[in-house]
Amino acid sequence: MRRLLFLLPVLIVAALVAALWRGLDPSRDPSALPSALIGKPAPAFDLPALADGAPRVDLAAFKGKLVAVNFFASWCLPCRAEHTYLKQLSAELGVPFVGIAWKDKPAAARSYLADLGDPYAATAMDENGRTGIDFGITGVPETFLVDADGIVRYRLAAPVTNDALKDEVSAAIAEAKQ
Amino acid sequence: MRRALALLAALWLGLAPALAQEAQLADPKLEQRARDLSREIRCVVCQSQSVADSDADIAREVRGIIREQIAAGRSDQDIRDYLVARYGDFVLFDPPFKASTYVLWIGPFALLVAAGIGVALYFRRRAQEPARPRDLTADEQSRVERLLHGNADGGEA
Repeated sequence: MRRLLFLLPVLIVAALVAALWRGLDPSRDPSALPSALIGKPAPAFDLPALADGAPRVDLAAFKGKLVAVNFFASWCLPCRAEHTYLKQLSAELGVPFVGIAWKDKPAAARSYLADLGDPYAATAMDENGRTGIDFGITGVPETFLVDADGIVRYRLAAPVTNDALKDEVSAAIAEAKQ
Repeated sequence: MRRALALLAALWLGLAPALAQEAQLADPKLEQRARDLSREIRCVVCQSQSVADSDADIAREVRGIIREQIAAGRSDQDIRDYLVARYGDFVLFDPPFKASTYVLWIGPFALLVAAGIGVALYFRRRAQEPARPRDLTADEQSRVERLLHGNADGGEA
């Protein structure tokens, strides 16, 4: 036992090196926040639709299938950047995307979608931003996957602006579909 | 001097936290509670700032929520719980003491205690070690004598 004691400092240094090595990993984002909602039921919402005369958008109506909830705003530049990818994702994977215009004016959000194309199966207005807060968003855009049982399975707190992120979302969708 | 003071005051007003420009609660006591609480809630965008200091959209929103809920008569703890349910313990600058934060709270003290025990053990062992070498045996003594008195064959002949 006493003979093995000399190993202790070696082990401590090894642990320290491992921890610091992890800290140096360039792909690690120290400010990334894990969502408090993963594995929990998605916050219910029943919001007015963006389009005139369209029925209200109720998350409960999508129960039984996987749905992606995407918070966006017409005033948000990264949202524009991810728009093409959203269109591809919803088309390729056959998952309905529910768009929520967060703290946006209806007219501005409508012309935003008219200009860029509409990737959403349904679009709702969250003018006072409370549904976004219920989902724990830190800004726009953010994307959540809500599975058939209404459980939040995945959250991306960033715009989908490259193929790597698109692949990540596709993989998360494939996993949540099972 | 007076001009400098005026300039300073103007600058200070310009820099005054966003709190000052918002709708406030009519009751100064409740408003004070709202401000105190928003100082212990972390802004989730600019993460080393409190919601009170931050100008981010989300921070403004959270300040609004705090005021709203205080006006509705909810307790500070209710409001903390509301925010933790959505953003996790991270939103609190003063995280709660529970299983997932034990390392955070106890870690530094555990390290200190471990280091203290190590140092204590080291000194105790040093104190127990004989300070003076033991006396020579008769054999050794005679060998020393022989060496000292010039017998070249002082070794184990």
